[in-house]
Amino acid sequence: MEKSHLTVKNLVMYYRTLKGEVKAVDDVSFSLLRGETVAVIGESGCGKSSLAKSIIRLLPRNVSTYKGVILFNDLNLIELDEEVFTRDIRWVKITYVPQAALNSLNPVIKIGDQMVEPLILRQKMDRREALDKAAKTLRRVGISENFIHHYPFELSGGMKQRVIIAMSLLTNPELMILDEPTSSLDVLTQANIMNLLKNIRKDLKLSMIFITHDVSLSSELADKIAVMYAGQVVEFNDANTFYHDPKHPYSQKLMESVPTLRTEKKLNFIPGAPPSLLNPPKGCRFAERCPYAFDKCVEEPPLVYMNENFYVKCWLYVK
Amino acid sequence: MLALCEVMIMNASLLNVEGLRKYFEVRRGFLGRREYIRAVDGVSFSLNKGEAISIVVESGCGKTTLSKTILRLYEPTDGRIIFAGKDVTHLSWKELKWYRRETGLVQQDPFGALPSFMTVKRILEEPLIIHGVKDRRERDKRVYKALEQVKLTPVEEFIGKYPHMLSGGQQQRLVIARAIILEPKLIIADEPVSMLDASVRIEILKLLQKLQKDYELSIIYITHDLSTTRYFSEKIYIMYAGHIVESAETKGILANPAHPYTRALLNVIPDPDPSNRFIIKNVPAGEPPNLLNPPTGCRFNPRCENMIKGICDVKQPPVIEVGKSHYVKCWLYGRA
Ligand SMILES: Nc1ncnc2c1ncn2[C@@H]1O[C@H](COP(=O)(O)OP(=O)(O)OP(=O)(O)O)[C@@H](O)[C@H]1O
Ligand SMILES: Nc1ncnc2c1ncn2[C@@H]1O[C@H](COP(=O)(O)OP(=O)(O)OP(=O)(O)O)[C@@H](O)[C@H]1O
Ligand code: SF4
Ligand code: SF4
Ligand SMILES: [Mg+2]
Ligand SMILES: [Mg+2]
Repeated sequence: MEKSHLTVKNLVMYYRTLKGEVKAVDDVSFSLLRGETVAVIGESGCGKSSLAKSIIRLLPRNVSTYKGVILFNDLNLIELDEEVFTRDIRWVKITYVPQAALNSLNPVIKIGDQMVEPLILRQKMDRREALDKAAKTLRRVGISENFIHHYPFELSGGMKQRVIIAMSLLTNPELMILDEPTSSLDVLTQANIMNLLKNIRKDLKLSMIFITHDVSLSSELADKIAVMYAGQVVEFNDANTFYHDPKHPYSQKLMESVPTLRTEKKLNFIPGAPPSLLNPPKGCRFAERCPYAFDKCVEEPPLVYMNENFYVKCWLYVK
Repeated sequence: MLALCEVMIMNASLLNVEGLRKYFEVRRGFLGRREYIRAVDGVSFSLNKGEAISIVVESGCGKTTLSKTILRLYEPTDGRIIFAGKDVTHLSWKELKWYRRETGLVQQDPFGALPSFMTVKRILEEPLIIHGVKDRRERDKRVYKALEQVKLTPVEEFIGKYPHMLSGGQQQRLVIARAIILEPKLIIADEPVSMLDASVRIEILKLLQKLQKDYELSIIYITHDLSTTRYFSEKIYIMYAGHIVESAETKGILANPAHPYTRALLNVIPDPDPSNRFIIKNVPAGEPPNLLNPPTGCRFNPRCENMIKGICDVKQPPVIEVGKSHYVKCWLYGRA
């Protein structure tokens, strides 16, 4: 069996707030082979960005609980000490394009200077070498290297996003985490960026975690799908199966609400709203909205494995 | 868009928009040279009583400007707006009070649109007070009715809440309740669902559709999201850089898109399908033009595969009828 590149097991991350603990990531598991992409989908506030931050260990100060296992090339990232993590992992082997990153470029510093800074500071490259690398990487994402001398405000939204992707490629990472990388772009520019991501992951054998609330868009990259609901992954499935045969009742309902252009389909919505993460129900978190809920569902559903890799967290599948 | 206007004026329509323009003046450079952002540049269409249409516009390409200009929250730069047979294009603010009552706006960001210090009840009473509904019981009755119409029920549970106590979908339903409380004839929904989750989107779009059917409300749905439009209206307009470039029955456009821009859109918008990940799509290069200085001729010409040199980059394309009530503004379909 091929060895997994990233395995997340029972990952938990809670925030402390005045009103209590926000259980943003609550017992999440999934795994990924080298070169594969997992799409993490789910509604706003279900914990997608929190999951990303937990993996790259960019934890806000009010994190109260952080535990579980994150095996990356057999190294448990949760236990790794911060010095090693900064030197080898964060922004090196694992890079991250945060949500709304378009606004993160400093408007008054030239593109080239922003790109070389981490190479010089962290990788100890000299400036010349770093600029070379920056120019090459810009070309890789379809931007002329002359743009090294330009300021961010001179670029369109699509070009800025390319620069940000280039920045996350500078260290030849193995795993890229992309949090809603195209959500503020127009439809055609978005398609251009998806093309770019498809090309680079193939050429560079990159593994990716692609976070999006847009189910249709997720199919542009996903080999595997993790469906999040109220802080938990309720279904982890193969993309080839998932899009036409989702298993978890929430996934099924979610798919029914996705409009399609090419097929006739009756759209349905899910009445109600997800539970608060401050005080989620003890049993299945979807129970209140689930058309199939039955007496068992007041208890926490187990992960029911459909095969070695994929599971659904629902009592309906317990034999 | 003469052809379009002529055909449409024949119907007894609720709203006629003819050659509507809205330019924003900006000053640039040391001399403060005057320049214009041409956010809406010659838009024509019409709408019957009880009809719903969709207008598809890219982000940043004039959705909000179009909505606010039609509703006369902005003064048009040029063109005409005829509502219920009356020319409202240049009415003064005072004369507009009647128009305000007949029309409503649903904006993109529900939370931003709601005053945080007011309760649900107060938010809905406000327009009634402004428009002179003095009887308190009458106001209560209408607040109740509006909340029931948007299914914020049981009403008692919601009436005392503040906006931050509502979910995004509930906030947007409240915005819709406010927009319909004066029983308007026309609602413009400017990206009403883009900030909401997939499931809530469908809930809100279905609600708008129901209001349209039940109360013969006319609705203009302005969005960047082509895939939701076919579930919303039978008629669709595609706008690019301030111009309407194609209009037709929704089914007709989806089956036979005529304009190169529409074709590109349809080609890149994914349906959830696992084979998408193996396909590199053919996407027009570049990005929407700067509306301060749009390309001459057809505004899509720098990105168009079919561009005819010497024509497309020189002269505005005419509007041509390519099928039953299917119009396209493109040189590929001959001269007017
Ligand atoms: N620093 C923080 N302190 C307390 N609560 C937080 C913090 N950051 C996020 N949360 C809460 O944690 C939950 C998950 O948030 P997260 O940002 O991970 O969601 P998301 O799935 O990325 O949502 P979106 O699709 O809107 O980006 C939310 O309820 C959010 O309000
Ligand atoms: N009050 C204003 N003054 C000057 N320029 C404006 C004004 N309002 C809008 N614009 C410009 O007009 C163009 C269209 O803006 P508009 O807000 O109508 O687009 P939109 O489609 O609603 O955008 P979004 O998708 O961001 O909601 C933009 O270039 C914008 O900068
Ligand atoms: S565990 Fe029960 S309530 Fe939860 S999704 Fe399955 S059937 Fe529905
Ligand atoms: S007018 Fe010319 S440039 Fe414009 S869309 Fe048609 S073919 Fe393309
Ligand atoms: Mg997020
Ligand atoms: Mg807008």
